[in-house]
Amino acid sequence: MDYALLASIFCAAFAVAFGAIGPALAEGRAVAAALDAIARQPDAANTISRTLFVGLAMIETTAIYCLVIALLLLFANPLLA
Amino acid sequence: MKSPLDPTVLFQIGPVAITQAIVTTWAIMAILVIGAFAVTRRLNLRPTRWQAALELMVATLDTQITETTGVAPAPYRGFIGTLFLFILVANWSSLLPGIDPPTARLETDAALAVLVFLSVIWFGIRASGVGGWLKSFATPNPVMIPLNILQSLTRVFSMFVRLFGNVMSGVFIIGIVASLAGLLVPIPLMALDLLIGLVQAYIFAVLAMVFIASAVEGGARTQPNADLALYPTKKDP
Repeated sequence: MDYALLASIFCAAFAVAFGAIGPALAEGRAVAAALDAIARQPDAANTISRTLFVGLAMIETTAIYCLVIALLLLFANPLLA
Repeated sequence: MKSPLDPTVLFQIGPVAITQAIVTTWAIMAILVIGAFAVTRRLNLRPTRWQAALELMVATLDTQITETTGVAPAPYRGFIGTLFLFILVANWSSLLPGIDPPTARLETDAALAVLVFLSVIWFGIRASGVGGWLKSFATPNPVMIPLNILQSLTRVFSMFVRLFGNVMSGVFIIGIVASLAGLLVPIPLMALDLLIGLVQAYIFAVLAMVFIASAVEGGARTQPNADLALYPTKKDP
């Protein structure tokens, strides 16, 4: 049994699973706040939604880092070489 | 499944392997250079349709640079604009069948990030001299020197992992969905990919501009966290 292989597959899955929790909560909060702001000030909807998109992409990057780590574990793992 | 980190080697020139990403990069460079040359060859006071489109792009770029950093856009227009247009065209090149975007490769993004890193040094030295640039590492006090050096490296690193991760994950997920579900199913994901490509190109350019501006402003005002300083003027009253 190759424990390094098993461990890296499990760690890749855990990295994505737990790494997605934080950004998911954060994106929900960001969208809620942006909707609130648009409801208060519909005139500023353009600026708010542009800032929202950039902010969402920034938040999403945290999850993407976890995905990169998972792919590194699966495809470029130095322990399995 | 094919690893997204392995390069696709097309042919060899001597000992140098030419990958598909490099050929795509050359094609994009050729398109951008020839397009820019062709549009700006006959500039007129009464703009043609193409010239008007180009003027619109340049004006939008200038507005964005001024809004995000509050500096005069002229010295940075060329670099930031080229960066934005190249990454945008590269991200959207995945629309053509059979072409992987070169930004989904680690090497291309690393090269772009190194360009940003060097340009931050270049603009910083040009604005305040070598002494002033070195002194900017010692703000607010000399205890921060290692942290400032570390920050100038890690922010560039995070920039290129961000671009790589976003574009690569888009391509990867489309590949997975296409192999699991069928030919036409990933079309909504591709539409989302267009949006992500645009937003990532914008973010890369804006972050580069924020880093350059913080280096140019030097010791006068430090940016503790450039990500938070994206929209310094747009706080709700």
